[in-house]
Amino acid sequence: MKASIYVTLKEGVLDPQGEAVKKSLHLLGYDNVDEVRMGKYIEIWLQGSDPKKTVRELEEMSDKLLANPVIEKFRVELEGE
Amino acid sequence: MKFAVVVFPGSNCDADCYHAVKNVMGQEVDYVWHKEENLKGYDALILPGGFSYGDYLRTGAIARFSPIMPAVVDFARRGGLVIGICNGFQILLEAGLLPGAMLRNKSLRFVCDTVYLKVKRSGTPFTNQLQEGELIRVPVAHGEGNYYCGPATLEELERNRQIVFTYSGPGGEEGEEYNPNGSQANIAGIINREGNVLGMMPHPERCAEHVLGGTDGCRIFASMINWLKEARVK
Repeated sequence: MKASIYVTLKEGVLDPQGEAVKKSLHLLGYDNVDEVRMGKYIEIWLQGSDPKKTVRELEEMSDKLLANPVIEKFRVELEGE
Repeated sequence: MKFAVVVFPGSNCDADCYHAVKNVMGQEVDYVWHKEENLKGYDALILPGGFSYGDYLRTGAIARFSPIMPAVVDFARRGGLVIGICNGFQILLEAGLLPGAMLRNKSLRFVCDTVYLKVKRSGTPFTNQLQEGELIRVPVAHGEGNYYCGPATLEELERNRQIVFTYSGPGGEEGEEYNPNGSQANIAGIINREGNVLGMMPHPERCAEHVLGGTDGCRIFASMINWLKEARVK
């Protein structure tokens, strides 16, 4: 099975990288860009037969390691689900 | 007193900490490799600066699951003195021994400088040789020292007097221009509620000898030694 995990900063958490990218997009002439938030996209290939159980497992992985719940939130997607 | 400097793959201030404790402060000290699982016999732990695991994923995120970490957490829970410096601070945050998290510096630049710190709380195991409101000069070197904890935790930190060091101007001024990384409330160092775990971004081991340009860092190590001595007398 293949899973995709999106880790993004929580609302209200300052994102200096996103700010810099936004400024650069403005310099390129894309004045319509209001906000840029940077995040992480993680692909995981894993064994498992029960998709529900696997999603729970992936959420656990995200909680423990892949995301820091103080500043980040995550979304798990299992391919074909 | 016996110190342990915990060494992770990518630690790079371990030798500086070891030198400061052993040769400057005259204490016993061992390196403890992160694959060890035992910290028996030590009075204090130092988690040094560096780039453990290349800062992959997030600073400190992978080191936090090193084999030594359950022993570090246990040592801290039992009241042992733990100081995390720079990357060591980041590891303590990831391990949940201190509240909050680190974000990329607001400037997006790696900052390497010597800054003024204001001592916000003296009398702790790490600051009993410092005066409240006093300014000390300590080097910083980091790309992710922008401390963030959200308003509720910040209020809690203030209420419990857990903010130990803040970035300051040379005259004790507080302001954005003296904050090298954009950290919330100019926070440079915090302590846990119990008062035995300190995290700080600046490097006391880099200002522990005159030849390094200053000795303010010694007073933090001296505080730990003094506190441990008094604890033994009791």
